[in-house]
Amino acid sequence: MAVAAALALAPRLRIAPRDPATETEALLGVAGWAAQFTPGVALEFPDGVLLEVSGSLKLFGGLESLLERLRQGLAEMGWSSVLAGAPTPRAAFWLAWVGKQEFIGESAELEPVLAALPLEVLRCNDETLAAFAAIGVRTLGELRALPREGLARRFGQGPLAELDRALGRLPDPRNFFVLPTRFRAAIELPAEVTQAEALLFAAKRLIVQLAGFLAARSGGVQRFVLSLGHRDKAATEIAIGLVAPSRDTEHFTLLVRERFASLELAEPVRELALKADDVVPLPGRNLGLALEQGKPPGQWEHLVERLRARLGTEAVCGIASRAEHRPERAGVIADAGQKRLQLDFGERPFWLLEFPRPLAEIGAVPSLEGPLELLVGPERIESGWWDGDDVARDYFVARMQNEALVWIYRERRGEGGWYLHGVFA
Amino acid sequence: MASMPIPFAALLDRPDIWRGDSLSQAGAPTLPCGFPGLDAELPGGGWPVGALTEILPAHEGIGELRLLGPALAGLSKRGLRLVWIAPPHLPYAPALAAAEIDIAKLVVVRAASPKETLWATEQALASNACGAVLAWPQGAKYAELRRLQIAAEGGRAPAFLFRVQEAASESSPAPLRIALGTSDGGLAVRVLKRRGAPLTRSILLPPMPPAVRSKTLHVDRHPAASATARDFSTRLVHA
Repeated sequence: MAVAAALALAPRLRIAPRDPATETEALLGVAGWAAQFTPGVALEFPDGVLLEVSGSLKLFGGLESLLERLRQGLAEMGWSSVLAGAPTPRAAFWLAWVGKQEFIGESAELEPVLAALPLEVLRCNDETLAAFAAIGVRTLGELRALPREGLARRFGQGPLAELDRALGRLPDPRNFFVLPTRFRAAIELPAEVTQAEALLFAAKRLIVQLAGFLAARSGGVQRFVLSLGHRDKAATEIAIGLVAPSRDTEHFTLLVRERFASLELAEPVRELALKADDVVPLPGRNLGLALEQGKPPGQWEHLVERLRARLGTEAVCGIASRAEHRPERAGVIADAGQKRLQLDFGERPFWLLEFPRPLAEIGAVPSLEGPLELLVGPERIESGWWDGDDVARDYFVARMQNEALVWIYRERRGEGGWYLHGVFA
Repeated sequence: MASMPIPFAALLDRPDIWRGDSLSQAGAPTLPCGFPGLDAELPGGGWPVGALTEILPAHEGIGELRLLGPALAGLSKRGLRLVWIAPPHLPYAPALAAAEIDIAKLVVVRAASPKETLWATEQALASNACGAVLAWPQGAKYAELRRLQIAAEGGRAPAFLFRVQEAASESSPAPLRIALGTSDGGLAVRVLKRRGAPLTRSILLPPMPPAVRSKTLHVDRHPAASATARDFSTRLVHA
């Protein structure tokens, strides 16, 4: 149909030119995703993916459950699909191509089903089709009813050989699809997007594809990069790092959502791409024999990543102690899970103030909301002359009027004076 | 055939039902708090696991962390992570180590706003990946606390929320609420709410920290001036 005719019928029609390169890329993407279900994946250009599933049915809980997973995954990636199955790849592809969602288990049942298919499935040229039409042959069944010799003389071996392959009478070897080592996928958005949150929908499609690819490789990634393509400016790259390798779709989506929520776009986004380079093997998990009670324990790494995605990397940290006499250096911020040696100290407070707070001194008694009562001390700390940040202080444990215990010191240099340095909680 | 009559008591023999005059012997797991006097008054004999516990100190620094010390030490020794969300100051590693808390298991989460504190707390509770969650939310509303309680339910972590004592008059979904005060230099624990009969008396815990207690007996609350004069007792530390 001509474009003008189509527009006359449906004035609101949107017309996009066909782009074979993008189609092939999409087909490869689907094949990479589908490789998680079987190692035998073959491509039928331009729009078919063949899966050899007889060996996978048991693992995925039967045909119905496998089909359900295929349908769901394809829908999540944004593809509409027709699924069909047959004992030979060609027959399965023909069924899907004409839109018949049928699944034929036995070779014997194949012939009557194929007989009803139109001749177009043979994908011969228009001339041949017209010639068949002229002699009143429109279906594969009518073609098979003709004498083979005469048919071969007039139309060549081609159509007959195709039919024989579909029926399993001739071998039909296929080259299996080999997974790439790195993951690359991109989506061109139908309209420019200005709000980062609206990108999540498109990102989810790519994430599903990534998860399928990783499952096929039995691996996970520790880092992946989302790049948002703009019209003029260079692409905005969002790198998402994980504490431990993973291929969990929901977890990836959550991380991306948190990052998108805090993202300010410089320019509208036209294209979304996802890439992951280093795929590391991800071991499976054994299920416990006994039924576990209560909520299943969560993954610590996932929690840390989620907190960091929203609050920032520095927001989640551990603490460590060091062999230092100066109190402010003995306890430090460190990466979570570090441990260092420490000295044997006197009494130390649970809370240490980041910066010591000067205290008023009333009648030679330090005061914090009323006079402080010194309980333990002094503990003299004089250290650090070697790095220019030396301290000379007398520390006391003091009690406030409201019975709270605080850790204070008297400066022994310069002006002197009292300072609050910690709180015993 | 007539069905067997079910004794009334058997109907009530459920962990989530308790009589007003007795303490719930909750079937839900608990974590001993390390103070026998307090354990005896808590339903199930310890801090509730998978539920919120509100701790309302009269003011900062009267022993609110020491109260959790034994429980936290036990959890960290079992290799479980202790997540502190939006603490008012930096937790000081030497003091924690002295309380036998494995500081390698301690994780501090700093949040920029009260809203983020609540969000991070909910995430930590819902993930069920922590050994204990300690949070310092500010001005949390009932509905927000309710979300936290739901996130905590069924989990393995006790969740402690530190709130100001003014919050005691507000209603809260937390099944256990504890107010802290001082009495004779010791810590006075008042159970504001628990599953079971209300507790009218406070439980007195020994003064803390222990070293201070032993010294106070000798030092006898001397004023600052005399303390500074006693330089002979100074512990000199030279590096």
